[in-house]
Amino acid sequence: MNMRKLLFAIGIFSFLAAAHAQEALAPDVLVKNVTLEVVEIIQRDKEIRTGNRAKLIQVIDAKVLPHFNFASMTALAMGQHWKSATPEQRQQLVDAFRTLLVRTYASALAAYSEQKFDFRPLRAKPTDTDVTVQVRVIQSGAQPVPIDYSMEKTAAGWKVYDVMVGGVSLVANYRTEFANVVRSSGVDGLIKDLQTKNKTLEQKK
Amino acid sequence: MSRLLLLLAVLAASGCASSPDADPRDPWEGMNRAVYSFNDGFDDYLAKPVAGVYKDVLHVEIRSRVSNFFANIQDIFIGVNNVLQGKFQDGIEDWARFVFNSTLGLAGIHDVASDMGIEKHNEDFGQTFGRWGAGTGPYLILPFLGSSTLRDAGGTVVDYYFAPLPHVRPIALRNTLYGLYFVNTRAELLDASSILDQAALDRYVFQRDAYLQRRRSLIYDGSPPREREEEVNDKPDSTVK
Repeated sequence: MNMRKLLFAIGIFSFLAAAHAQEALAPDVLVKNVTLEVVEIIQRDKEIRTGNRAKLIQVIDAKVLPHFNFASMTALAMGQHWKSATPEQRQQLVDAFRTLLVRTYASALAAYSEQKFDFRPLRAKPTDTDVTVQVRVIQSGAQPVPIDYSMEKTAAGWKVYDVMVGGVSLVANYRTEFANVVRSSGVDGLIKDLQTKNKTLEQKK
Repeated sequence: MSRLLLLLAVLAASGCASSPDADPRDPWEGMNRAVYSFNDGFDDYLAKPVAGVYKDVLHVEIRSRVSNFFANIQDIFIGVNNVLQGKFQDGIEDWARFVFNSTLGLAGIHDVASDMGIEKHNEDFGQTFGRWGAGTGPYLILPFLGSSTLRDAGGTVVDYYFAPLPHVRPIALRNTLYGLYFVNTRAELLDASSILDQAALDRYVFQRDAYLQRRRSLIYDGSPPREREEEVNDKPDSTVK
């Protein structure tokens, strides 16, 4: 085996090892790593801290989005109406809902990234495929705000399918809103509402 | 206070005027939406601008002292509610917080108890009634105070009765403290309310559902039992293609 082949083999091997490590990452470790990494990026980046929302959304796209299962989130928020949506409608719903959630998430991060985080130890069996990872935001003079990530194990690693902030499930909170719109103007009406909402938010900043 | 009770009576009487496809948790939606838009107007033209100036003018360190001062007084009654709910350990912690913060924390402006690891709790009479088995009752928007339910509004009346602030004299001092309390509280919520504006398609519905979820979680101290409806369609097939 010549040198080049050997290097190539080592390269492949370390790539596989890295990919495997990523996949095998426990859900609580994953949440902690991603949170700390993103918070550090925000604190170092002057542009983001002074309100460059587009740049913050880029960071979230790159670092946070890969760990969310937006199809699951959308399906849960749609509840019984998910069944009546066509494949194209589903894709449009997922895309529009993702854009809205990312923008909301960016605002929340910008507002609260200076707080201290307390990462709770995971209470789950190694065989569990559906776990809740608990993080608490510590603030002076008030009860800590719990943030619970509901995560499911998939072939591509652990994915978040719901976030609960202070006991409020994001997915459940959209359920009534979505159901109301679907009842009055159908699935297409909901897609249109979400897209209009996203457009308005984009124009604001 | 009697005005609030009168309002509740009027609302209860108008309860029959709900539309057929109304949310069962919110039979007074028409009335609530009217009060909601009144509150919104008050907020847009007065509360939010004043809170914005307050936030710009006062450094975060000072604002957090103000928050701590009011939060410290509330710890006494958070403790009372914990004891009423049979959570004696939590109640003693709340009173210990009050003792440490009132002394070492200089009348409560420093939250030294949290630094010592004695965590703050969140309790009120609405939660105590819930713990004792009272249902939420219909959702209710109170003038100026916002989201509530019939049960929580009853709790608010009792909270108000026991709180020291309404009994402060002279009246001028009481009013000053009240003003400071409301402006400071609104300032604390500026970020949260702008996030809410962004996230919601229908702000009224979004806020209502969040309030009801939040209260349910608080009554069970963060771990409410799962609702049956959730178990039935917990995980629909999420395939997109």
